[in-house]
Amino acid sequence: MLLLGPLVWAKTWSVCPTCEHSSIKKTIQQANAHDTLLVQKGTYREFEILVDRPLVIKGVDYPIIDGEKKGEIFRIQSDGVTLDGLFIINVGVSYTKDNAAIRVIRSKNFLIQNMVLEQLFFGIYLEKSSHGKVYHNRIIGEAVDEYNSGNGIQLWYSSDIEVRKNHVQGTRDGIYLEFSDQITITDNVSRDNLRYGLHFMFSDQDVYTHNTFENNGAGVAVMFSKFITMKNNTFRKNWGTAAYGMLLKEINDAEISGNIFEENTIGINIEGSNRIKYIDNDFKGNGWAIRVIGACYTNSFKGNNFLYNSFDISYNSKLNDNVFEGNFWSSYTGYDLDKDGIGDVPYRPVKLFSYVVNRTPETIVLLRSLFMDIIDFSERVSPVFTPDNLKDAQPLMKIRS
Amino acid sequence: MLKILKYSFYDLIRSRWSYVYFLFYLALGFVLLFLNNDVSKAVITLMNVIIILIPLIGTIFGVMYYYNSREFTELLLAQPIKRSSIFMGQYFGVAGSLTLSLVLGLGIPFLLYGLLRSDAIFDFSLLLVTGAFLTFIFVGLSFVIAISNENKIKGFGYAVLLWLFLAVVYDGLFLMSLIMFEEYPLDTFSLVATALNPIDLSRILILLKLDISALLGYTGAIFKKFFGTDLGFLISMAILLLWTILPLLGLRYKAKRKDF
Repeated sequence: MLLLGPLVWAKTWSVCPTCEHSSIKKTIQQANAHDTLLVQKGTYREFEILVDRPLVIKGVDYPIIDGEKKGEIFRIQSDGVTLDGLFIINVGVSYTKDNAAIRVIRSKNFLIQNMVLEQLFFGIYLEKSSHGKVYHNRIIGEAVDEYNSGNGIQLWYSSDIEVRKNHVQGTRDGIYLEFSDQITITDNVSRDNLRYGLHFMFSDQDVYTHNTFENNGAGVAVMFSKFITMKNNTFRKNWGTAAYGMLLKEINDAEISGNIFEENTIGINIEGSNRIKYIDNDFKGNGWAIRVIGACYTNSFKGNNFLYNSFDISYNSKLNDNVFEGNFWSSYTGYDLDKDGIGDVPYRPVKLFSYVVNRTPETIVLLRSLFMDIIDFSERVSPVFTPDNLKDAQPLMKIRS
Repeated sequence: MLKILKYSFYDLIRSRWSYVYFLFYLALGFVLLFLNNDVSKAVITLMNVIIILIPLIGTIFGVMYYYNSREFTELLLAQPIKRSSIFMGQYFGVAGSLTLSLVLGLGIPFLLYGLLRSDAIFDFSLLLVTGAFLTFIFVGLSFVIAISNENKIKGFGYAVLLWLFLAVVYDGLFLMSLIMFEEYPLDTFSLVATALNPIDLSRILILLKLDISALLGYTGAIFKKFFGTDLGFLISMAILLLWTILPLLGLRYKAKRKDF
């Protein structure tokens, strides 16, 4: 009875523009812990709404909360808060403060779901919080310049949070993680963002699966992090002079499997990343499927499909410590006499041309010219410039399905 | 001129070589589409063939036709016909029949495999247009070579050398100079050098339609800016047209002054 007490006594408050309780801010101050606020349909011109006790704030038919560009809108500073079904617009843009539509500070067990955020600066900002869930929100920004736009979902010093089924578009970074560990990011769509669809910094042991990252300014960047699992994501159409499907920088001990990289300028750009397993990924129609810039050791590439990329692998050093095994390469021309499904001749994925392009980028004009084909062929027969041991000794004859 | 054009044209489309050429493209088109059944992928493979083969066949065929019909040309020269119209007629006859073989040979299989229902139709027509341009350019160049050389062996030699130079050696020199001057800004240079070679120009034109993601890498931006816009496209077409007209002027000039 003592345990049920709070539930039994929980009160439901109805907020509507014409009712007794017409202000969300004031109603929160009157409410006790574990009460529920039902916000009825209407427009509420309020900002800096402080939620300092465990409440459920639930919108009925998407009430509009208009911040009138004056500042932050919701600030949660209590454990066990639920926000559900609100339509938040007009977050104030500031050059000194990171104003967010919803900011969660040092809180646990929160749930933010079914929210729609538009005309925002920062969307959902989680600060030193943990054990929460950000589920099924729609964040639509109109970012034009990097300096005066914010991130869709930002996690800062947070841990054990689930980010699921959100749709983020038109912000600076779609989802941004900094110093955040044990985060699960699944089924999100992040597209048309100014900079990165997803951005990791100093965040370890995170998992992201089944997300779609499309047409972002620079794709997805994973930097300075350890033990990250990336599975079954789709990276599409990240085109541009410095756009990547995925950019890995100083990443160690990660697993990248079952992802699809399609029509990106560069599928994966790898720099200083070690002990990473690339398994069962599909690289389709990219400019460069994988571009290795330097200091990458003990990585293994197994069972990937490389289909119709202009360059499969580009490498800028002569040293190779990475293993390529059992991949399918659409430009493989070998044969399989013993019919075991594995080509009898090794495949060398690094073309001399990609080496030349690394050195002098302008030479890309000679792509697919007869001269380059002849040079590539002779290099393939007897490698001089490309690492001698960089080869797939067991290329698949048929595409891995 | 039209009469001679008509005569050359009918003479050529009745000849065995035109049929062989036509059947070759027909077979190529069918085999490509049979193997992967995807119109847009077949267009990519065809590009490689077209860019190398069309200039080669254009040069060889042009030189061959000129030397073979020499006696007939001399007979015509005895008639009161303008010299330029004799050679122009022959030129258009050869180039026209080759283009016809190309367009029909590739067009029929692609139409049968549903080109009109695919979105590759623009790429495909661009492929045919550049193919036609290359035919006209290289037949023209080969006529100039043939009219300047009485010796058949020499003429053939020069024609093949010209093809080899433009198809392979030019790119080699281009690459060497790019690497040698890599410290300098090379964007404009590479644009100009590309435009100066009709084979490179056609390759880039088709490539920008197909391999855009690679070309858009860091330096790709300037190429995309130039070739990707309507203006760049028009300029490239104008340069191809210029490449077609220049050998014709040369041919007229040579034809007027040559002592038969």
